Amino acid sequence: MVGSALFFVFAGLAIACAVSMVYHRNPLYSAISLVGVFISLSCIYVTLAAPFIAAVQILIYAGAIMVLVVFVIMLLNLDDDKPLNRLRYLYAVGGGLGLILLVQTFFIFYAVMRAPQQAVNGAETVGKTMNIGRGMYTEYLLPVEIVGVLLLMAIIGGVVLARRLAQPQLELVVDQELDERGLEEEKGDYRVAI
Amino acid sequence: MESLVKTAFPFIVYSIGILLAFQGVLMIVAYTVLAERKVLGWIQGRIGPNRVGPWGVLQPFADLLKFIFKEDLVPDKSTKFVYFLAPLVALTCALLPIVVYPFGPSITTINWREILPFGLGEGITELPMTIARIDVGVLFVLGITSVGVYGIALAGWSSNSKYSLMGGLRSSAQMISYELAMGASVIGVVMLAGTLDLNGIIFAQIHSPFRWFIIPQFIGFFVFLISAFAETNRVPFDLPEAETELVAGFHTEYSALKFALFFMAEYVNMFTVSVMATVLFLGGWYVPGLGQVLEPGSIPYALVSHIAFIGKICAFLFFYIWVRGTLPRFRFDQLMNFGWKFLLPLAIANVIITIVLVYFLNS
Amino acid sequence: MEPSLASYLALSGILFTIGAVGVIFKRNALGMFMCIELMLNAVNLTFVAFSRYYADVTGQLFVFMVMSVAAAEAAVGLGIIIAFFRNRQSIDVDDASILKN
Repeated sequence: MVGSALFFVFAGLAIACAVSMVYHRNPLYSAISLVGVFISLSCIYVTLAAPFIAAVQILIYAGAIMVLVVFVIMLLNLDDDKPLNRLRYLYAVGGGLGLILLVQTFFIFYAVMRAPQQAVNGAETVGKTMNIGRGMYTEYLLPVEIVGVLLLMAIIGGVVLARRLAQPQLELVVDQELDERGLEEEKGDYRVAI
Repeated sequence: MESLVKTAFPFIVYSIGILLAFQGVLMIVAYTVLAERKVLGWIQGRIGPNRVGPWGVLQPFADLLKFIFKEDLVPDKSTKFVYFLAPLVALTCALLPIVVYPFGPSITTINWREILPFGLGEGITELPMTIARIDVGVLFVLGITSVGVYGIALAGWSSNSKYSLMGGLRSSAQMISYELAMGASVIGVVMLAGTLDLNGIIFAQIHSPFRWFIIPQFIGFFVFLISAFAETNRVPFDLPEAETELVAGFHTEYSALKFALFFMAEYVNMFTVSVMATVLFLGGWYVPGLGQVLEPGSIPYALVSHIAFIGKICAFLFFYIWVRGTLPRFRFDQLMNFGWKFLLPLAIANVIITIVLVYFLNS
Repeated sequence: MEPSLASYLALSGILFTIGAVGVIFKRNALGMFMCIELMLNAVNLTFVAFSRYYADVTGQLFVFMVMSVAAAEAAVGLGIIIAFFRNRQSIDVDDASILKN
């Protein structure tokens, strides 16, 4: 009873926040709504006996990724999103896709309803940190290693993207490039290369 | 009647526990503010507040009354909803970690079956001095405190003032940078303890050969303490509210009770990181040798342990104030360089050293 | 009474739909990025629900992997968005049409 009530409260909250995220044109409102989705999902994870995943959800998604997004929004000082300008057919595409996905969702709902699943007894211990750690460093060692390499690549990519060449050096590079292409008249416009 | 009492019993017990814990923490926090003003006064050769009550002990209540009755100004061009949301987020995230604090050892010597009517005491063997014992206490505290940065960032953004915006920007950048170092410094302790549960970490320290994890984890403690200063926006890392550069930083446009919420959130955060430092590195409520004098599980043992716990926290809080009275503020690029190029490599080196240590301890 | 597995899957499906529609409707890169995060989270929910109902730790482990991928995506994606903003003073994806001409 309590489990159901909690599920419906947090599910309603998650859906409301998700809709509000898509609805708002201001990126910061979208970001706040998305944090709401993350927190409600984390509460649902707790009711699903996955405390570790719930805590990591808050720590990584709400505490790190979305803080970065909010930081970027504040740094760029963005205005409201413009309404669709020339790609009006996207409304139809989006609506159609949404309809198909919703129908699919209800199909899945009925398909699973026919074979009702009771939670396996003793499933409460699965989400314990110890079990997750053991699985991570025995059976699933290779995926963990691959994720580690991926994160390293992301770090290097982030550094490369964020690095700005110093201005004199930049002009040298651009001038050399333009010389090679034989585009003498475009010298002095370094905007594209930053 | 009996079944009603049985249903209501857990709610009543938890309500009392939550009320006690929150009230206690808020009282300590209120007197931390007074202590800060007094100690800063002594450091600077003044007396400090001494008008309200004997030696100024009623000053926190006078301050609170003043905050309540001040005029509440709201900037005209602010984003109202976010402007009101921000202080609430800040204080909520500061107060939430209280539910997992291990305030003391469990009391096991009371016979609840005799004391409680209606057979309520059936099956109750201990009285834990923690509201919720969860498996991932350390992650919970780190996660909730990292969500607290939204309070500051949103306050800066919604006030529609350039000083506030600068404060919010600085705060989010600083939090992300120092959270990494803080998380990495905790990993060493977690590896030695083998658990993320705060009570479990204290028990691991009792059973370890070092007694307190500050001995094998000295580097970790150092990194944790410095990142804790940055996480709570205290001097020398108080760049989000640097009054000489940004007027008052993110809370420039806040007044009256909304400012009081930010103010309280800052001091509750100080309390939280002090609790974390105590539990992770100084053995929490554990006093070496007390088990031989008093019987573990009895009420006096729990009380003495609890007082020791609060004492250790107060020592950390004093350290905070001492540093505030002594050190100047960092420049922002110095702050970033220090966090990324010094603290983070140091914390990672500490993790590697601890791996070797744990390997030799287990073999 | 516990909610059934089907309810979790339905919630996940609804969230995924909202995210997918949002990617198409949003015109700024940050909004699209956030919608993608929402879709990833919807998938995470199915992983955790299945993990609970089959008492298998694999689902939760893969949630962990998805989170790492999301973190990597955030680092690189936000880097690209900032670099794009520096060039164009906008993060509208309609402005990212330099290769067209």
